[in-house]
Amino acid sequence: MTDQRVNDRVAAPADAPGDRYVRPRGVHPRLDTPAYRSTRLRAPGQPLVPLPQRLTEVTGPLFGTERVTESDGDLTRQHDGEPLGQRIVVHGRVLDGDGRPVPHTLVEIWQANAAGRYRHAMDNWPAPIDPNFSGGGRVVTGADGTYEFTTIQPGAYPWGNHRNAWRPAHIHFSLFGRAFTQRLVTQMYFPGDPLLPYDPIHQSTPETARERLISRFDWDATRPDWALGFAFDIVLRGRAATPMEEPHDD
Amino acid sequence: MTDAKPALTPSQTVGPFLHLILPWPDGPDVVPPDAAGRMMISGRVLDGDGNGLADALVETWQADPDGHFAHPDDPRGVVASAVAGFRGFGRAATGPDGAYAIATVKPGGLPAGDGRIEAPHLDVSVFARGLLDRVVTRIYFDDEPAANAADPVLAALPDPERRGTLMATAEPGGYRFDIRLQGDRETVFFDV
Repeated sequence: MTDQRVNDRVAAPADAPGDRYVRPRGVHPRLDTPAYRSTRLRAPGQPLVPLPQRLTEVTGPLFGTERVTESDGDLTRQHDGEPLGQRIVVHGRVLDGDGRPVPHTLVEIWQANAAGRYRHAMDNWPAPIDPNFSGGGRVVTGADGTYEFTTIQPGAYPWGNHRNAWRPAHIHFSLFGRAFTQRLVTQMYFPGDPLLPYDPIHQSTPETARERLISRFDWDATRPDWALGFAFDIVLRGRAATPMEEPHDD
Repeated sequence: MTDAKPALTPSQTVGPFLHLILPWPDGPDVVPPDAAGRMMISGRVLDGDGNGLADALVETWQADPDGHFAHPDDPRGVVASAVAGFRGFGRAATGPDGAYAIATVKPGGLPAGDGRIEAPHLDVSVFARGLLDRVVTRIYFDDEPAANAADPVLAALPDPERRGTLMATAEPGGYRFDIRLQGDRETVFFDV
């Protein structure tokens, strides 16, 4: 199988000034993934055009704590009562591709409730809304790139992609890093989820990279008599004088 | 392995429920409401059938009118903007018809690093259900013909016929810029 999008990527010309970021190869899903039906009218048909990384690309918005309130990091404490479901702690580090922590960067998450229902006008499948769960959170990483949320284990839910289609349980993540090139929106999955092999969104990821989206059960982060722990590190593009090649499954 | 670099995290789609957290009340305000020269850049995000995307998120990033970024990685140094409250970043969810709008000021030109000048532009990310990774484009301004003619990115487009898809057109109160994900007039998207 040829990965058209990967093959269309070329390195920036040598005359691009300033620090440049690695161009991912074999990391991100193909935009044209017909098994995920919504791509059919939305994925661009033309090859991507290489954009040298200049000033606009190597800079980006830097958000500190001004976008975050105390309850934003604990999705179980945003209402008067507690949400139903398995209480979990999700934590990890945000790193760049060189292994350096990305400090003081905004992490936004959103998710379904324990029954697999989003608190959203467009989600109308008949699972109960939880009046004590909104499903959105924000935190800023520490100086060492670490972050932590307390939330509840999201449920799986059906969707209309194909007959008997179910999304595996997941938490959406949005990250900025420190440059426009590092912006990333992704999803975190849970270990051992039997739905993962049937999910065209998770499966759209190159096979060698798929496991990176699955969190790890973390005994050390599990709080006695309180919450299960899951670890999920997120790696944004790093700076590289020489482009880093990754294996990909073409 | 001592020299192993951590493997990059793959992208996944933003999905249809991004509104739970991503839109901010002031997200579209690249500049404060009282900023001098404030104008709107607005348009629609359209699919291959020409229908608006009701569940997309448009983000923009730009220099200020003097061509400055208040960012430590700008090799020219951090320069406070002459526009008080200039944020540089805009974020707007689309409405039911695919319409988005941000409130901003026109950015200045930028040194390209090789003696050339990049014409005024905004970098744009579009996130949506059905997009497994963001798509990236640029907004240029059609009333900057001299600057655009000298712009290295526009000059390097493989198909000059598609240059117009990167041009915002002046309209009362600002500019219009539609984003076509597919089809005859598909917007140029970049690999950044």
